Formats: sequence, structure tokens, C-alpha cells
Amino acid sequence: MSIINVNNLKTHFRTDEGIVKAVDDVSFELRDKEILAIVGESGCGKSVTVQTVMGLLRCPPAIIEGSIVYQGKELVGMKPNEYQKIRGKEIGMIFQEPMSAFDPLYTVGQQASEAVSVHFNLDTHSIRERVIKMFEKVGIPEAEKRFDEYPHQMSGGMLQRMMIALTLACEPNVLIADEPTTALDVTIQAQVLNLMRDLQKETGTSIIFITHDLGVVAEIADRIHVMYAGKIVEKASVIDLFDTAKHPYTQGLLDSRLKRNLKGQELPYIKGNVPRAFEFPQGCRFNPRCPYAKEICMREMPPDFEIAKNHTVACWLYDGADSK
Amino acid sequence: MIMQGKKLKKYFPIRKGVFLQVAGHVKALEEVDFHIDERENLGIVGESGCGKTTLGRVLTQIYEPTSGTLEYFDPDGNSHIIKKRMGKHTMKLFRRDIQMIFQDPFSSLDPRMTVGDILREPLEVHRIYSSRKETEEYIAYLLERVGLYPEYSNRYPHEFSGGQRQRISIARAIALKPRMIVCDEPTSALDVSVQSQIVNLLKELQEEEKMSYFFISHNLDLVHHVSDRIMVMYLGSVMEEGKSEEVFSNTSHPYTKVLMKSVPNWDPKHRGLQDVKLEGEPPSPINPPKGCPFNTRCPNVMDICRKEKPELISISDNHKAACWLFKK
Repeated sequence: MSIINVNNLKTHFRTDEGIVKAVDDVSFELRDKEILAIVGESGCGKSVTVQTVMGLLRCPPAIIEGSIVYQGKELVGMKPNEYQKIRGKEIGMIFQEPMSAFDPLYTVGQQASEAVSVHFNLDTHSIRERVIKMFEKVGIPEAEKRFDEYPHQMSGGMLQRMMIALTLACEPNVLIADEPTTALDVTIQAQVLNLMRDLQKETGTSIIFITHDLGVVAEIADRIHVMYAGKIVEKASVIDLFDTAKHPYTQGLLDSRLKRNLKGQELPYIKGNVPRAFEFPQGCRFNPRCPYAKEICMREMPPDFEIAKNHTVACWLYDGADSK
Repeated sequence: MIMQGKKLKKYFPIRKGVFLQVAGHVKALEEVDFHIDERENLGIVGESGCGKTTLGRVLTQIYEPTSGTLEYFDPDGNSHIIKKRMGKHTMKLFRRDIQMIFQDPFSSLDPRMTVGDILREPLEVHRIYSSRKETEEYIAYLLERVGLYPEYSNRYPHEFSGGQRQRISIARAIALKPRMIVCDEPTSALDVSVQSQIVNLLKELQEEEKMSYFFISHNLDLVHHVSDRIMVMYLGSVMEEGKSEEVFSNTSHPYTKVLMKSVPNWDPKHRGLQDVKLEGEPPSPINPPKGCPFNTRCPNVMDICRKEKPELISISDNHKAACWLFKK
């Protein structure tokens, strides 16, 4: 069962330098009770994809085409006041920088309560109780006292827990986490990831997890989509992806891990740089960096080839396998 | 030896009120000893706020240490104490020998200078070449050396990607043929696929130029890859120190153990993070706990840990840990 269906989604921006195709013809589905990871480097369009799903981009100026269906409702082109009923209540979002995602002028309690008061018809007292209960659930010590404190009095890890709490206080069906642990230290990252996984098991929320860190993905995800230059290049289950990555870009990413046994040797790397968004190459967008680039790769964009069940690759190397 | 520090301490005052009276201190460094040899890579690893960047900045004289001594050995082996008012000659020698690469390639290059200007500045300050032609040739050589094109010298930093900018920073650092470079998280602002390129470049340059790296990073795998010796820091103090292989294969300090376990192991079949049982967060450096700095989170905490701060205790040759568990 899928909760969100994204089909041929395009999010483009007009800039002085030309049209930026930040998300270009992306399709995926989010299934019930799963953690779907979208992985890619900076500028690959992973954040824009989820911002589009959340309805955070104004259109125009952004150009959004395609469809995003959430439980039978089409989100693309939905009126802002209707979107508000879904945003926060049905689909919640956790942002990357906990320090800048909170308003420094309000207490964390006020900010968490606001979200609840918009979506639930409750009196102030029960809202406060509900939020404090959530704070306790995510492991904030002295939640009662913390409720009336300001963001600057909190550490990054604590704020990220609060963000999770305030998002989950509205009991959303879908949680979008945009690099939730990137700004945190490894020991705190481990705590937050464990917390998210435990809460997911308990509440059954589906999660879209955006990250650039394949190590984090290996710990938490059920399925992975790899994005490069506005396209999803490979979709697979987490086990398949780490066992049998097919796309040269995915393989490159996996190889660029710093393995302990490579000490003193040259590290494998992907040559070249990520292309800028307004000058994507023709054909497959990875072709200038790809070790296997063929003539067709320069000309034509590869479609998704299904090489196994639930495993598709957008790469001409796998032409001949069943095309979807 | 190139540099040696003894009991280095750095406190930043916190000023409050109308008269900006000192209300307390951020205790960034607490009596840290270190030494770095010729052609040796010393890795400093720790989480944010542990004082690793402060240490790097103290030893490049960006910060003046609050107390402690910093000793620098010139190429002839003469020792100089580095302090605020030292002779101009020594200062110049020191500045030339010790260079730095910063974390953020977007703020560490002057946006108003072309790449050529950036690389020319150190050469002119130290009067390396007398003729303009030689200088320009050397700049072209430097750019090629770090994997860029000589034509880039007329461009401005904003025209480059993060990885390319970090290459420019590296070119600037090696321009004066230093004996040691302080690398402060040189790859953490970069994409995964570009990170390895920069690490390879740094290693390659080291082979040819015979330099030492003082390598600061929060990434354990990276520090392991680059360093000969490692210092693990927590809340301004060194927790464990030793040969890289030894620290990784025979991890001793409870903090280092937790740190290693917290790194995701890239294997979805054997997920390991559930086993990390570390509660709480690092205490504030304004008001660090009494005794061992890690005692508030340590799984092996004992009575003595809350009372007295442990010294670095030898576990084996070239391997020390600051933990009461190892006191015989």
C-alpha cells in the first residue's frame, strides 16, 4: 500500500543563468510504515523534492509539473488553505538545522503548541500537557521546565529532539526528515536515529529520510532512492543497494567510503565535480564522470530499467533488461 | 621535532553587563600537551566543542594561549618559544613554516581577490621571487600541482565549486613550502565524492613535499586514514593518545569506545547503532564537571572519577589514556 505517489514530478526555477531543473521527472512511491531514504550529494534535488511534496514552494515563481497524490488527493495545484490542513497534520517535516528552524523569540513550548492548536480543537491546558508528554517521549529531561525555555538555552541535539516531538505531536501519517542528523555529532546522531526508529515502530508513521550519508541510510532505511542532478538514478531495497549496487554513481558513492583497510593507499573516488544545475550535460547526466560512458549516454537520457524485483536503474549499461 | 606544546590552556572570557565585566570563562582547552615530529601526521579527533579547533588555532598563533608554553623548532633544530612579542625574524620563519587550511572553503578565500592574487600574496610577503615572471610561473605551477588549470589564476573564488576552492586553499598553504600544515576539517564541507579527491591530493603532496599534517577532524575513519598518531579530545582535554593502529585496534578509553561505536558501519544486515548506550550530551565548557570530564556520561564511572581528574596513563608503548580504569 502506498501513501504518497509521486509521478513525473518536475520542479524548475527560472534564474538569470537559465532554467534550473532542480527536480526533473521524478517518480516514486512512499509505502505504508516504511522508511524511504533519498540519498544524494548537495544540489541533486533531494531537498527540493520534499519541499515540493510539503507544498513549501510558491508556484509561480517555481514551475511545478506532474502529480503528487496523497491518499487519493492531488497535492500539485492544491489551494493554499486546503494545503494547510494537510501540512503539519498529515505530513510533518523535520528540518536540517535545528538551530535555525526554531524562532529565537518564542519559547520552544509556544512553538510546539502552535502547531497543535492549529490542527486540534483543544484548550491551552491540554495542549500544554500533550506537548510535554511528547517532549518526555523523545527523551527530554525536565520536560515541564524546558517547555518555557528559549531555543538558545538548548543544545543542537536537544532541539532536534524537540523538533521531532513537535512534529509528532500532531500525529502525522507521513514524516519527512530533511538531513535531520547532519548538523549533529556522531554520538548525538546515534541517539536521534535510535529515537526515530523506535518512534516509527511505535506509531507506524511512514518516513521519507533525506540524507547524503550512506552510513546513516544503512542504519535506518528500508528502501533507498539515489538521486543525481535532479534525477533518481537507482531505486532498491537497502540490502540490495549495499550488496549489488548497479548504477556507476551509486557504486562510486559506496566506494568512496573510507574503509579502514585502505590506510596508506589511494582512495577510490568519482572523478570531476557535481554539475551545476543550469548546465546539466546532455543525455545521462552522469556521463562526464562515468567510467563506462558509451556513445548513447551522451545523446539520450536512460529510462528506468528493472533489473530485479523492486530494483530499477537508470543506466544504459542495463539496456536489454526489462524496461519499465 | 617541529612543534611542542606543554600544558596549553585557552580560556575565552564571557563578558556581561554595561561595563563588560568578566562573568565566566569558556574553558576551551585544559592543559593539553602535544608534540609533532618531522613528516608525521598527528590526527586530532573529537566532537564539536571538544577544543580541537582551538588547539589548532593556538598553535598557529591565531589565538594566544591563556597559559602554557609553545615551542617551535626551526629547520636547523634551534628551539624558539612562541609568544606574542617574539623577534620579527623568528616570527617570519614560523609563519612560513606553519601553514593552515580552513574548514569552510567559502569563507576562507577573499572574494575580492583573484586566485592569482591569493597565491601571490604569501610569495610577496616573504619575498620569494625577485622577478614578476618567476612569481607567475610558480603560481601556474602551484595551480597545476593541485589539479587546477593555470588559466584559473585570473578568476575569482565564487566561480569555483567547493572542492576546487579547497584545492586553491591547499595551493596557498603549500606555496611557501611549509614543514607543517594545520588542516582544520579540510573535507567536512565537501560532498562525499569530492572528499576522497582532496584526501588523495593531501597525501600525494605530503609524499613529495615532505610535510607534517596536524589533522583536525570529527570523522574517525578519515583521521584513521591520514594519521600516524591520534589524539582523542573531549571537553578541552586529551582522553586517549597513541599510534593510530594501536588506538583503533586496542581502543581503551570508554569515550573513544562509544565514539567508535556511534559511527554507522555501512552494513544494513548488521545494524550496530542500537547498541550505543550513551545517554546525555557533553556538559558545557563554561561549567565543566569536577574530576574526569566524561564522568557524567561514562558507563564505567567510579567514585574517584567524580573527584579527581585522571592524568594520561601509559597502557603500552605509544598508547595512553586519561582514565582511572588504567591506574595500577
